[in-house]
Amino acid sequence: MSILLIAEHDHQALNPATAKTLTAAAKMGDNIDVLVAGENCQAVADEAAKLSGVSKVLVADNAAYGHQLAENVAALVAELGKDYGHIVAPATTTGKNFMPRVAALLDVAQISDIIAVESADTFKRPIYAGNAIATVQSEDAIKVVTVRATAFDAAEQGGNAEISAVDTVIENTKSRFVGEQLAESERPELTSAEIVISGGRGMQNGENFKLLEDVADKLGAAVGASRAAVDAGFVPNDMQVGQTGKIVAPQLYIAVGISGAIQHLAGMKDSKVIVAINKDEEAPIFQVADYGLVADLFDVLPKLNEKL
Amino acid sequence: MKVLVAVKRVIDYNVKVRVKPDQSDVDLANVKMALNPFCEIAVEEAVRLKESGVADEVVVVSIGPKAVQEQLRTALALGGDRAIHVETESMPDSLVAAKILKGVVEKEQPDLVILGKQSIDSDNNQTGQMLGALTDMPQGTFASKVSVEDGSVEVTREIDGGLQTVKLQLPAIVTTDLRLNEPRYASLPNIMKAKRKPLDTLSTDELGVEVKSTVKLLKVEPPAERSAGVKVADVDELVDKLKNEAKVL
Ligand SMILES: Cc1cc2nc3c(=O)[nH]c(=O)nc-3n(C[C@H](O)[C@H](O)[C@H](O)COP(=O)(O)OP(=O)(O)OC[C@H]3O[C@@H](n4cnc5c(N)ncnc54)[C@H](O)[C@@H]3O)c2cc1C
Ligand SMILES: Nc1ncnc2c1ncn2[C@@H]1O[C@H](COP(=O)(O)O)[C@@H](O)[C@H]1O
Repeated sequence: MSILLIAEHDHQALNPATAKTLTAAAKMGDNIDVLVAGENCQAVADEAAKLSGVSKVLVADNAAYGHQLAENVAALVAELGKDYGHIVAPATTTGKNFMPRVAALLDVAQISDIIAVESADTFKRPIYAGNAIATVQSEDAIKVVTVRATAFDAAEQGGNAEISAVDTVIENTKSRFVGEQLAESERPELTSAEIVISGGRGMQNGENFKLLEDVADKLGAAVGASRAAVDAGFVPNDMQVGQTGKIVAPQLYIAVGISGAIQHLAGMKDSKVIVAINKDEEAPIFQVADYGLVADLFDVLPKLNEKL
Repeated sequence: MKVLVAVKRVIDYNVKVRVKPDQSDVDLANVKMALNPFCEIAVEEAVRLKESGVADEVVVVSIGPKAVQEQLRTALALGGDRAIHVETESMPDSLVAAKILKGVVEKEQPDLVILGKQSIDSDNNQTGQMLGALTDMPQGTFASKVSVEDGSVEVTREIDGGLQTVKLQLPAIVTTDLRLNEPRYASLPNIMKAKRKPLDTLSTDELGVEVKSTVKLLKVEPPAERSAGVKVADVDELVDKLKNEAKVL
C-alpha cells in the first residue's frame, strides 16, 4: 500500500519538517506521494518533487486551501487518502489541527507525534510529557500518523518526481479565515535551528531578552522561552518550548533562568548538548544539563556575548 | 446559549509518572489524579461566558470509570450547572471519546463545545478535532481568545508562526490553549454547592457507541535518561568546554 504525505509549507517554500517526516514515512513502506495543498503553491510542489524517495507530487492549488483551514484540508486529505495505507504529516500546529479530522472522517484512530517507526504498523511515541515512551500497534486499514520531525533526519535531495494537479476543491461555509499575526524574525526557526538559547522567568522582563538575542545573533541561534516567560508577556507564544509548545532538539540548547519543570524538559531534553545557567544550584534543569553554570544570568550573558 | 465542556480525569501535572517494571504501562496506583489542566481552562472559559451573559447553561461531561465523577464535581464547583457521566470500564481512546461526545452533542444540542487541546497523559491532541469531523462542526483549536457574537464565534489560535484568527458559525468546537484564561480556585461554599448539582449517568449503549480500540499498547518504557553533567566555574570554562570538549561552537 502506498503512503500519502501531507507537505507543510507557507505556499512559497517547503517547511523543513516535511523532509524529516519523509524519512519517517520511508520506514513505513515505499511509494510515497506528497500532497501540497495551498494557494499559488507551485514552487512548493517543485521543491517537494526534488526530495529523494518521493514517487509523485499532487498539487491542490486553490484559494480554499489558502489558510490551511482544517475543515477544507481534512476533507480533501480524507477524500484523496482513502486509497492509501498510511497518511502522514508533521506534528506541527497545522498537522495537529487537520489530521485528527482526517482520521475521524475515515473512522480510524490517529497515532500522534511518533518518534520512531518499528514497522509499517508499529510506532514509538512519548506520553506523559515524555516521561514514558509507548510502543503502539495500529490495526486500522489506514494508519493516520503525525510525526515529531526533530526525531528524524531530513530526507536527501536528488529526486525528480512527477507533479500532477488535483482538481478536487472542497470548501466549507462554516469557518473562515479572519487574520493572522505572524512573528517576523531574521533568526533561524526554533524547531530546525542548530543552536537554541531560551530564557525563563529569571529574565525578569521582555527588554532583558535583548541580552539573549545578542548572544543568539553571535551564535546564529534561535531564541526560545519557557511558558512562564511567555505567560508573563516577556515574549510571544510562538517562542514557547515544551510539552505544549515547540519541541526542539538542536546540537546545543542553552537554558537561561529556567528552572527545568518536566513540561519544559519535555520540549528540549533530546538536544545533543544542554547548558544551564541558573543562580539556584538546586534547580532541576541541572539534572539534565551537560554543562551547568551556577551564576547570575545578568553577569553571565554580557560576558558570554563578549567571549564569542 | 448552551455550552458543553468535556473534561478528563488525568494524573496531576506535578506528578512524575513511573513505568511499571513489567513495561505493560505506567503505574497509576496511589497517584494523585486531577482535572486535565486544559479542561480546567475550558470550564473557566464556559463559566466566564455565562457570567458575562453570553451563555445561560454550562453542562460538563466526562467519560470513564466511576472515579471521573470526582472531576465532574470539581467542574461543578468551578461553576458548571450540571454534569453528565458517560460510564466506561477504562479510559477510551480519543476516537471513541469523540464518538461518545457526538452522542452527547446530539442529546444536548449545545451551541458551543469546549474541550482541552490535549490530555496531559496521552498527549494525543485529537478529540476536539475528531468531534468536529463527526458532527460536521467547524473548529477553533489551540484557542488563546474566544469571543461569541450573533451566531458565530471568533477564535484566536496559537500556531507555530504566531497567531491566527478564524470565525466559525455556531454550533462550533473550541479547544483551549494555556493562555486562554487563568482558572479560578473552587471556593469551599462552591464545593459544597456542587455536591447538590445534578449529575446524570449515561451508558455507552444508550449512546449507541461500541467501546473498542484499534490501537494496541505493546510496551511502555522509561525514556533514555540523561545523566547530569559537570558544573563549570565561569564563562571562560563554559566557552572552552563547548568549543573543545563538546565541539558545538
Ligand atoms: C499543562 C501544562 C503544560 C505546560 N507546558 C509547558 C511548556 O510547554 N513549556 C514550559 O516551559 N512550561 C510549561 N508548563 C509550565 C511549567 O510547569 C513551569 O511552570 C514553567 O516551565 C516554569 O518556567 P521557568 O522555569 O521560566 O520559571 P520558574 O520555574 O519560576 O524558574 C525561574 C528560574 O530562574 C532562575 N533565576 C531567577 N533569577 C535568576 C538570575 N538572575 N540568574 C540566574 N537564574 C535566575 C531561578 O533560580 C529559577 O530556577 C506547563 C504547565 C502545565 C500545567
Ligand atoms: N475520557 C474523556 N472524557 C471527557 N473528555 C475527554 C476525554 N478524553 C478526551 N477528552 C476531551 O478531549 C480533550 C483532548 O484530549 P486528547 O485528544 O485525548 O488529547 C481533553 O482535554 C478533553 O476535553
